[in-house]
Amino acid sequence: MTDLFTKVTPELKRRLRHERLFQWMGRSAIFIAIAFLLVMVGTIASMGVGALRQTHIELSVFLDPQELDTARLYDADYGRLVKKALRARFTEVKKRQDKRKLYNLISSQAEFTLRDLVVSRPSLIGQTVKVWFTASDDVDMLIKGNISSSTGNTQRRIDRRETRWINDLIAADQLESRFNSRFFWSGDSREPELAGILSAFAGSAFSLLVCFGLSFPVGIFAAIYLEEFAPKNRWSAFIEVNINNLAAVPSIVFGLLGLAVFLNTFGLPRSSPLVGGMVLALMTLPTIIIASRAALRAVPPSIREAALGIGASRIQTVFHHVAPLALPGMLTGAIVGMARALGETAPLLMIGMVAFVADVPNSIFEPATALPVQIFLWADSPERAFLEKTSAAIIVLLCFLVVMNLSAIILRRKFEKRY
Amino acid sequence: MSFQLIERQILTSGKRQDIPEQPPVISTRDVDVYYADKKALDKITLDIPANAVMSLIGPSGCGKTTFLRCLNRMNDLIDICRVEGDIRIDGQDIYAPEVNTVSLRAHVGMVFQRPNPFPKSIFENVAYGLRIHGLTSSKSELADRVEDSLKRAGLWEEVKDRLDEPGTGLSGGQQQRLCIARTIAVQPKIILMDEPCSALDPIATAKIEELIDEMRANFTIIIVTHSMQQAARVSQHTAFFHMGKLVEQGETRQIFTSPQDERTESYITGRIG
Amino acid sequence: MSPTTKIDLTGPRRSPWPERLIKALLIASSLVAVFVTVGIVFSLLFEAIRFFKIIPIQDFLFGLEWNPQTAIRADQVGAKGEFGAVPLITGTLLISTIAMLIATPLGLASAIYLAEYASSRTRAIVKPLLEILAGIPTVVYGFFAALMIAPLIRLTGTGMGLEVASESALAAGLAMGIMIVPLISSLSDDVINAVPQSLRDASYGLGATQAETIKKVVLPAALPGISGGLLLATSTAIGETMIVVMAAGLAANLTANPLEAVTTITVQIVTLLTGDQEFDSAKTLSAFALGLLLFTLTLLLNIAAQKIVNHYRERYD
Repeated sequence: MTDLFTKVTPELKRRLRHERLFQWMGRSAIFIAIAFLLVMVGTIASMGVGALRQTHIELSVFLDPQELDTARLYDADYGRLVKKALRARFTEVKKRQDKRKLYNLISSQAEFTLRDLVVSRPSLIGQTVKVWFTASDDVDMLIKGNISSSTGNTQRRIDRRETRWINDLIAADQLESRFNSRFFWSGDSREPELAGILSAFAGSAFSLLVCFGLSFPVGIFAAIYLEEFAPKNRWSAFIEVNINNLAAVPSIVFGLLGLAVFLNTFGLPRSSPLVGGMVLALMTLPTIIIASRAALRAVPPSIREAALGIGASRIQTVFHHVAPLALPGMLTGAIVGMARALGETAPLLMIGMVAFVADVPNSIFEPATALPVQIFLWADSPERAFLEKTSAAIIVLLCFLVVMNLSAIILRRKFEKRY
Repeated sequence: MSFQLIERQILTSGKRQDIPEQPPVISTRDVDVYYADKKALDKITLDIPANAVMSLIGPSGCGKTTFLRCLNRMNDLIDICRVEGDIRIDGQDIYAPEVNTVSLRAHVGMVFQRPNPFPKSIFENVAYGLRIHGLTSSKSELADRVEDSLKRAGLWEEVKDRLDEPGTGLSGGQQQRLCIARTIAVQPKIILMDEPCSALDPIATAKIEELIDEMRANFTIIIVTHSMQQAARVSQHTAFFHMGKLVEQGETRQIFTSPQDERTESYITGRIG
Repeated sequence: MSPTTKIDLTGPRRSPWPERLIKALLIASSLVAVFVTVGIVFSLLFEAIRFFKIIPIQDFLFGLEWNPQTAIRADQVGAKGEFGAVPLITGTLLISTIAMLIATPLGLASAIYLAEYASSRTRAIVKPLLEILAGIPTVVYGFFAALMIAPLIRLTGTGMGLEVASESALAAGLAMGIMIVPLISSLSDDVINAVPQSLRDASYGLGATQAETIKKVVLPAALPGISGGLLLATSTAIGETMIVVMAAGLAANLTANPLEAVTTITVQIVTLLTGDQEFDSAKTLSAFALGLLLFTLTLLLNIAAQKIVNHYRERYD
């Protein structure tokens, strides 16, 4: 009987093996989920970094006085000057077909770069100036190694001759990779090398502003009524069931509501951040109500009793004493709700925020798109160069989400145990 | 039914008892227990004789439950708890690395403060331990063991017609006897009871106390109790704990009639508690 | 104050008007949620009824062909288009089933590990990571599914000699499954933690291993709550839009083969309503009929889930 507690029978061995297997299953489930997260974010980040850099090409442009009429500097044909400069750089190119290929090295936006330069400094006319132009997306992709120059014929976007030109430019120090500030400061474009996220960002910001402005006051008012005033009867139970159900309604259904009611019945402007924000507000409302009620419930009854005890009315009690204490908790809920609204795509598709919007919207009534929608649009584009833009836009979106959630956490920590 | 009558009967039966001298089944030497940095037990050295009931008494927070939970290593489940010293059962160090708690707890059963039947049928509650340890080889054997355990726990007559009903539907006293049946089904050598009657009414308590007295023939029982009357009624040995220390131990009769330590005396006369 | 003055306890009979106004505002705010629900039901019903006037409801619910067309000329072949929702429903169910088959074991196993085994340090690291997984917008999952998962599955499948569509149901289901893991895990974690410790103690006291305790005591006790969570997760999967829009196809195939392309209710709603549409065509209106179908389906699941969870809560409170 001495080995009563140490003897390992085959039966016990089996049980202990099963115990280890069970633990191992739990660990691997967590491992799989987190590995997926890391692989997904890692892949997207590594694809997106490329978008932070953009290839530029230097050309010597002769600002021909015959082409540039000083009276009408804005309307001159700068494209021709750029093409001339390219032909001058590569004099061996003669055939028309080849010339077209040559022009493809430089982004179509080059003429505007040149125009801006000449308009701002007309004294340069008559001289030969060295100008850095944005390279086309194909050149950019080649430089970044995203497409190879030796791909098979069918996929080849850059042939041997173009590769030779590019190598020539590199050898002459006329090709260089720079920080791509345009990605952050310009709107969408059909040309990947020119596309930026500012218009989408502005659209998201306007929508969130509308969303917050509507859902926060309504949300906390509803929470205050339900928590502090509502009698416990079937009617308030019905409202509560409603709120809980609304929290679980698929987001696309809110989009359908927005389309049918806000656009078709009320005739509000299609594709506008106003309608986008309204739809997002309806979606966020349950989150804010639920979080705000929890915050109100956390305020100890003694504070209500103290206020009522010195003769404050119930409205005064709530608005002077209870609500200020619950405010940080309510704000936390609102930020979490806003973060979810920021990532929401489907309902915005329903109300037409999918249009191509190059200009940065100036108000909540102008057509706009939103960051996640921009991601969806770019992800759909065939050009290889949009892949890295999509990834970069995702990283930007994720950064905003992290900042919002972190601030919610900090707010919660800071006000956690005040009373 | 007269409550005092039972009390007198048990007390007199306890007095008539001759306690045979046997080697202790459990012996602890210098056991210290810490919760994080706080010392909960200080140098507990105690021998517990076989086939008898030992009660652990003392004011709340004195460490008696902590000590009890060391004996089947239930304290292992608490992350911050650390046990030092030597605890032997049948001469084996139960904190030795090669001991597995699964076998240990099969031999050292436990009944808890509040009845905690599983949310399963009465039958499945008792069968649970038999099933996990693979103690029966056939359905009929399992049914026999369940019936036997329920009989020994004095519950069979009350539940034999409703073995399929949930154990949580029984009354408090019945639930606790179900928990005892569940424990003895595994046939442990030792049964630890942590204030088993604290959540029960006097009549249910009397039934459990009767049961404990019967069980003494087959098991070594260690019972933590708040009630000194209970300790006097059911146990042959008593140990008095105070502020993490074992103050005094000995035969129950002796502890209650002529305590050696003044703290023991203060406690049993109701001055500290 | 002269001693004869009595304290006046009669205030104004009604509270001053600003207070009444505020109270009215509070009540109005709490009614917004009700209005939204009513708005959803009515706008969907209204447009759906208009649709059912063109296409009979039985053709919509039981038709096996989905091929919405807008006729350029009235006498065109197939001018009316076909609006049988069955392939969309089966497609939705196929992808949701794949997602749940992936998410349930992963979510449950991680919840069990976090609740029962993990040290508080591990919990402090893993739980926020899972919350990040839950916070990533679905458009990101969709992008990743279309870009990496679908080609990978196709490559593996082709390597094994299987025919895999480039937008297979499996790819979308897989990404959706991972998206749902944190939802199941956090709901189950709460439920498992709510199981009283005394039940675990009883089981350990009898010499059960931790795995035996979890499988035979904790999980059976937590089962109602967990199944409520699973219903809620299923509802999320059915209503998920972006992942399927980006990673599942448009082809309305009636199939149970996860390697083929299927389409879902949400994909079709998006396809029908993006781009310029005249509002009265059957094609556009059918999106609202699909929306009504989706809303009803998820509402039933949510109500069932809430009933189960509430019932469970009462048992242990």
